[in-house]
Amino acid sequence: MNLDFSPEDLAFRDEVRRFIEENYPAAVRSKQESGEELGREDFLAWHRILGARGWSAPAWPVEYGGPGWSSIQKFIFAEELARAGTVPILPFGINMVAPVIQAFGTPEQKQRFLPPTLAGEIWWCQGYSEPGAGSDLAGLSTRAVRDGDHYVVNGQKTWTTLAQFADWGFFLVRTDPAAKKQEGISFLLIDMKSPGVTVRPIITLDGAHEVNEVWLEDVRVPVENRVFEENKGWTCAKFLLAHERTGIAGVARSKRALERLRATAATEAGDDGQPLDQDPFFRRKMTELEIELMALEYTELRTLAREAQGKGPGPESSLLKIEGSVIQQRLAELALEAAGRYGAPHLKDDPPGENAPPIGPKSARGAADVYFNMRKTSIYGGSNEIQRNIIAKAVLGL
Amino acid sequence: MDFSFSEEQRLLRDSLASFLADTYSFEARRKAIATEAGWRPEIWRALAQDLGVLGAALPEELGGLGGGPVDNLVVMQALGQALVVEPYLETVVIGAGLLKRIDSPAAKAAVEQIIAGELITTLAWGEPTSRYDPADVSTTARRDGAGWRLDGRKAVVSAAPWASKLLVTARTSGARREGQGISLFLVGKDAPGVTLRDYPTVDGRRAAEITLDGVMLGADALLGQEGQALPGIEATLDEARAALCAEALGVMGEMVRQTVDYAKQRRQFGHAIADFQVLQHRMVDMFIRQEQSVSMTYMATLKLDLPPLERARAVSAAKAHVGRACTAVGQAAVQVHGGIGLTEELALSHYFKRAAMIEQALGSSDFHLRRYEMLDRSGELEAVG
Ligand SMILES: Cc1cc2nc3c(=O)[nH]c(=O)nc-3n(C[C@H](O)[C@H](O)[C@H](O)COP(=O)(O)OP(=O)(O)OC[C@H]3O[C@@H](n4cnc5c(N)ncnc54)[C@H](O)[C@@H]3O)c2cc1C
Repeated sequence: MNLDFSPEDLAFRDEVRRFIEENYPAAVRSKQESGEELGREDFLAWHRILGARGWSAPAWPVEYGGPGWSSIQKFIFAEELARAGTVPILPFGINMVAPVIQAFGTPEQKQRFLPPTLAGEIWWCQGYSEPGAGSDLAGLSTRAVRDGDHYVVNGQKTWTTLAQFADWGFFLVRTDPAAKKQEGISFLLIDMKSPGVTVRPIITLDGAHEVNEVWLEDVRVPVENRVFEENKGWTCAKFLLAHERTGIAGVARSKRALERLRATAATEAGDDGQPLDQDPFFRRKMTELEIELMALEYTELRTLAREAQGKGPGPESSLLKIEGSVIQQRLAELALEAAGRYGAPHLKDDPPGENAPPIGPKSARGAADVYFNMRKTSIYGGSNEIQRNIIAKAVLGL
Repeated sequence: MDFSFSEEQRLLRDSLASFLADTYSFEARRKAIATEAGWRPEIWRALAQDLGVLGAALPEELGGLGGGPVDNLVVMQALGQALVVEPYLETVVIGAGLLKRIDSPAAKAAVEQIIAGELITTLAWGEPTSRYDPADVSTTARRDGAGWRLDGRKAVVSAAPWASKLLVTARTSGARREGQGISLFLVGKDAPGVTLRDYPTVDGRRAAEITLDGVMLGADALLGQEGQALPGIEATLDEARAALCAEALGVMGEMVRQTVDYAKQRRQFGHAIADFQVLQHRMVDMFIRQEQSVSMTYMATLKLDLPPLERARAVSAAKAHVGRACTAVGQAAVQVHGGIGLTEELALSHYFKRAAMIEQALGSSDFHLRRYEMLDRSGELEAVG
């Protein structure tokens, strides 16, 4: 046992760090810093820069254009991106649908979808959840009926993240209503510009437009856009779930959030007039969180080490999801606490004018919105209750 | 010992609840807070004139109905339940609560106007770096001829955009964070040198940053004794904190109710999600927090008339407790709802946001834990600063 990265890993880390410093788009950085909402192009710009370097798909096999990194290198890469606070690589294409296509797709599907996904030319969205099928995903009722060499799809998806930007979506649809729940589902790739696809915004409690309803009305989908066999979509979905877990702990991003919190606490006054980080109440909360995060980090490293020995992430990754989400939420909670009375102003639509005095410290801007928004982390991607059910069943055999 | 409401208080509660049921649907609220003004003056007028709510807790000699803190509790709980944005807390509990302590014709007239629904006012006490300490005042008031000159900044003053007059704390002597030397002034919002920067708050209300730049006031603008305003402000803020706890009861009560209702309806895996024991226990925990908060709020409300030290300890204990309950109940309510609990469209998310802001308002839970500890240790109200 030892905890050290090898000299090669450290050299790799320096290389990644330098690359980010030299290549991260200044325009995106400045938008992030001013809290401006990011558009489609902002995400894609960074994706393309990484793509040109051959780094946009860390986990892909080399044959599809992946960099061929070890688990540790992938970890380091993700950590460096988070440390630098880059926009994330959009997960839906690179980490979700692409591995499914690689594992189950036809040669034509691979040829058609993988290169443009790698290059950041396709924005994907995930059309799984429905109003009646959230935690119980297999209860979905969107229907696809075969009509010659097309499926005709009808139904409603919901919570579809950033579908307003999406070119394509991967959908779970019911092709055999008579079969058992999991056995009548197929996995379809749907062009979001198809007639009959309507995307409607859902505004979340922080005022953001991050999720959508996607309505499908007589949408004609060529049969060639079905991945894997008819009625075998659940196999793809389960496979994908394993990939969705990678990086789900969010350790590196939480570390960065903690650093920011510490920086805020060093300058903003607490209840006794001293900087917040001198306030024993607040300081202790930060320390506790830091130790929780440390525990999570080493659990993640242990998982990685096991993966490196060819043991894929098992149900233990539910642990990473649970603890990771709670830490992210707690960080947001403390950032709101640090904002004090300046947590209340809602200034999204009203950026400060040139001459007016700023309304509170910069660190307080949007702190409440982040706190509200972060409640999602214990709900999406399998709620924390569902994750606990998984551990109970699959690990503890209860 | 008696924790029941009087006949008058029950009437007040019921008439207010039925008025709000008629006029304050979630939809009506949503429309109102989206307007430029962000509130409904006609609601305020009705509260004053048709229901007599604004005077319920104020003394008879000032035109009120002679009630007290328990009446504030009754009103605030009902307002919390309907998520009312109109400034009862700012104008009646705090504004009139301060003014009623001051023996001057101007103060008396102002209270009468408040009860009649003709005057909206709010206390501008916080400053950009003062956090929750009302003694942390850097705004200055200097004598100028017969009158006063005010300079300084006030931060996140809730309801200020709706007010016509502001109650402003300013330092006439002493150092920042010193209890002595703080004075209270009544300032017209249209006075030269007063600038407001209005904005919405995350819980659908309005607040403002206020700049006071060489604001010239007459001698009569000083309310009460020069330099001696803090004890009255602390007492009033304690009443307001207790009232805020009462509002929290309304907010939490709704979250518990809506969550239990939703869990019974929502089906997954062929069951109502209310069948899952882990969710049942989560809802039971919400209920426990709510019940404990009721107890603490009653306790603090009934101790508001005790000497300052006991009053402050009771209030800080309640606010710390209720604040934490707000956070816990709100988070649990959203979690049990799942994705739908995060949507702007659902009333629940607005209760959650208000609960989060109540936790912070007039001192966060940590602030009150500390205040409680210090009062306990030193036995001095001054130590609170
Ligand atoms: C911000 C956000 C983004 C999302 N993005 C996407 C996306 O891009 N694509 C997509 O397809 N979906 C997306 N989702 C949907 C997400 O996966 C679902 O919200 C999630 O699966 C939960 O489903 P639900 O919201 O219907 O809650 P429900 O399933 O109704 O759950 C309600 C409550 O019941 C609990 N519960 C349910 N079943 C059990 C059980 N058996 N035992 C104990 N407790 C249980 C849950 O934990 C939760 O607390 C997103 C959601 C959010 C909030």
